[in-house]
Amino acid sequence: MPLQNKILEALERDARLSPADIAVMVEADEETVKEEIHRMEKEGIILGYKAHINPERREAQKVACLIEVSVQPERGHGFDKIAERIYNYPEVQSVFLVSGGYDLLVVIEGKTMRDIANFVIEKLSILPNVRSTASHFLLKKYKELGTVLVQYPERERIPVSP
Amino acid sequence: MKPAIIEPIFQSQSRINQDVADLPPSGIRRFFDLAANTPGVISLGVGEPDFATPWHISEAGIHALEMGQTSYTSNSGMPRLREEVSAYFERIHHCRYDPAGELLITIGGSEGLDLSFRALLNPGEEAIIVDPSFVSYAPLAILAGGKAIRIPTTAENGFVPRREHLEKALSPRTKILVVNYPNNPTGATLTMENVEEIADFVLRSDLILVSDEIYLPLSYETKGISFTSIPELREQLVLLHGFSKAWAMTGWRLGIAAGPRDIIAAMTKIHQYSIMCASSLAQIAAIEALKNGADEVERMRREYDARRRFIASHFNRLGLDCFIPKGAFYVFPSIRRTGLSSEEFALRLLEDERVAVVPGTAFGECGEGHIRCSYATSLEEIREAINHIEHFLTKNHPEIVSESLPLPYREEKAEH
Repeated sequence: MPLQNKILEALERDARLSPADIAVMVEADEETVKEEIHRMEKEGIILGYKAHINPERREAQKVACLIEVSVQPERGHGFDKIAERIYNYPEVQSVFLVSGGYDLLVVIEGKTMRDIANFVIEKLSILPNVRSTASHFLLKKYKELGTVLVQYPERERIPVSP
Repeated sequence: MKPAIIEPIFQSQSRINQDVADLPPSGIRRFFDLAANTPGVISLGVGEPDFATPWHISEAGIHALEMGQTSYTSNSGMPRLREEVSAYFERIHHCRYDPAGELLITIGGSEGLDLSFRALLNPGEEAIIVDPSFVSYAPLAILAGGKAIRIPTTAENGFVPRREHLEKALSPRTKILVVNYPNNPTGATLTMENVEEIADFVLRSDLILVSDEIYLPLSYETKGISFTSIPELREQLVLLHGFSKAWAMTGWRLGIAAGPRDIIAAMTKIHQYSIMCASSLAQIAAIEALKNGADEVERMRREYDARRRFIASHFNRLGLDCFIPKGAFYVFPSIRRTGLSSEEFALRLLEDERVAVVPGTAFGECGEGHIRCSYATSLEEIREAINHIEHFLTKNHPEIVSESLPLPYREEKAEH
């Protein structure tokens, strides 16, 4: 496996690992690891290091909504232009082009349901190429980014076993 | 009428079988009690995976339960499972065990071990056991009426027995040699030369080799070597394996014994009277594990692989010398430079820092001067434990701790 992949795998496991620790884990020397991480940051392979927060348990609750958007693609740009007009809004978390009954899946977050309603009414539906929208408020997140978010009984492992 | 209250007589051991009464309690038990009563303990003392059983395996077990597959199975284990086990050995080790007669499904690897001793040892016959080793080997040999002859291994020899020690342990009553590589507690593995040497000793001395290979799928850097790679050994080899470690199925209690027909038949006879059969649900789950579990085993193996380099390097940095193990999920660092005994070190670490490790002496006298640390624990917890151990050492033995990580790979830098 190329060094780059090994380093990324280590960082995906735990972004707080020091270059020295990663060096030990991937069998390379520390300088090489530092340079490789720096290069990947510059090239946009590594986008950042954010804490993975459980939205179900944090104090400041947010409202999230999944919006199915049907759009009229444009000659020469396809869906890219209209996607851009949507994803540039800071409240938009994700925009995906999908196959099936609609075109864009937009995930947005706001403080209140009113915020989201306003976004749909005042910003999204009025875009000239948007044909229709269907909003689904998110009720509960069970799992996100590979991590289960809901609380379940902790696995019991005896602390010392042969 | 009120029944008379009869005081239980605990002093009298006369009604307890003498062998059982004489057995010392497991050294691990004491640490278990201490650790269990330490709130907020960070444990490197656990001898089982930190992963839950892969979901597709558990799901197969749940489905079996829903379908009411809750009956006894064949004594030897479900034919479908034995076929899958046979196919697994053929795929991984290129050796053939006949599902009808050369395989037995047991309650964990431990039952297979117990059965091999009981099926092979006559009263007074001896089993050679490597020291340090898994806590059950010697007691089970004794309970089977045999004697356990321990031979020393040391860090200098990579915890692999030397020929001279093997020869010295031989007597006219020697029947069995028990080996376990990748090893619990040391993490030691065998080279092809080691395997050939041990096989040669077993063949020349006309012994039976009981090889506990439960950790073999958790081999790093090189593919683990099974004693099945020596075809001449076949009639003198009892192979023990199981689902607990590599498939993270400890609680399901399911193991495998493979060997020559007469020995497996004898083991099956005992198993049939004392156990009847392993759990049907566990067996169905195990079929799924063997059919479709390879990716999940590999995912967990890679996690252990990253952690083992991390933990071993940090122990070396802290002055607790240890080699980087190539199998299982244990490191066995030396604590000699602290001047403490294994027990003292483990006790103080638990009291001062709430970190649980197992003193090497729980696995035999040769474990003195070492502690067993399991890296079947999340990287976060390992890191926290290392921080506490560093705090403990800097406070008490600052001269042995170093700031920077050693780079054991500088010379043999990998060209991946």
